[in-house]
Amino acid sequence: MRFLVVFALTGAMALGLTAVGSAGAASRPSAAELESELVCVTCKTTLDESNSPIAQRMKAYIRRRIAEGASGKQIKDELVAEFGEEVLATPPTHGFDLLAWVLPIGGIGGGAVVLGGLAWVWSRRRDRGDTGAAPDTEPLDPELERRVDEALARFDP
Amino acid sequence: MAGVAWITRSPKRTLQTVAVGVVLLLAGVLGWRIASSGGGVQVRTPAPALTLRRLDAPGSLSLASLRGKVVAVNFWASWCGPCRDEAPLLEQTWKADRAKGLVVLGVDANDFAGDARRFMRAHGLTYPVLHDAHGSTLGHWGVPGLPTTFVVDRRGRVVAKVIGGLRVGGNAKTFTREIAAALET
Repeated sequence: MRFLVVFALTGAMALGLTAVGSAGAASRPSAAELESELVCVTCKTTLDESNSPIAQRMKAYIRRRIAEGASGKQIKDELVAEFGEEVLATPPTHGFDLLAWVLPIGGIGGGAVVLGGLAWVWSRRRDRGDTGAAPDTEPLDPELERRVDEALARFDP
Repeated sequence: MAGVAWITRSPKRTLQTVAVGVVLLLAGVLGWRIASSGGGVQVRTPAPALTLRRLDAPGSLSLASLRGKVVAVNFWASWCGPCRDEAPLLEQTWKADRAKGLVVLGVDANDFAGDARRFMRAHGLTYPVLHDAHGSTLGHWGVPGLPTTFVVDRRGRVVAKVIGGLRVGGNAKTFTREIAAALET
């Protein structure tokens, strides 16, 4: 019983610390983290990879807002309001931009299903011994068959 | 059904056809992107549409509403060094030829609106300035870098394009000559 109480208390403390930690992370984002999630509007690369004049101003803005206590979401929202959603390194997961997420995943999934289906069909045909050659049609006319045999016999040594 | 039979009979051919189709599709998309990006404005051709939010006043302004005037469309940004250097010349030209029918129209691109307003105050700009926060108009106008200035005549045709900062005694001569010629028509 005592063990259970200690275990529960330890678990609660760990959960509490995790919650405090994550809340702190949410309210105090790192500049490096945000710079990797936002794009320079002139060079279209992430801010951490750009040293253009506007990228430097955007980095300065991020640092100033972090110092003022703004959250990562606030800072991103402000930059989106200023420059539009093009400033986000990853497209939003709503509206038309959702297609940027759905299409590749859907394409890969759909392609896998189609390839799997075709592989299944081809393997079945192979098992049946169907090599893809044109199927035999009607049997030869007896007279024609006799003439073919005669012609072939002339080639025999 | 015949199609399905063909696919199952010729797997290699099917994959080759799909691969060629995908390549053709991607080539088509690339071609469309290149064609739709335009490549910029040529001199003696109509100026592209331009409607943006104003920085110097509330609301928006379109280039079309200035038809009948000669318009010097100047693309700039507050972080751009040559833009600072040419700002006094643009303001001076605007004040000198405004009564003759000239409008200097600034387009602040790829810039914070607050920084742009500070720039306008610092240089005492009084001509209208539009804000293109993420540079959406630069491609249509064929702006290779900032600053770039276009002269649009009274009929809405581009008659001059000056790339780079307007330097007194340099390309500013071309700029003022083209404006003078356009104002006379």
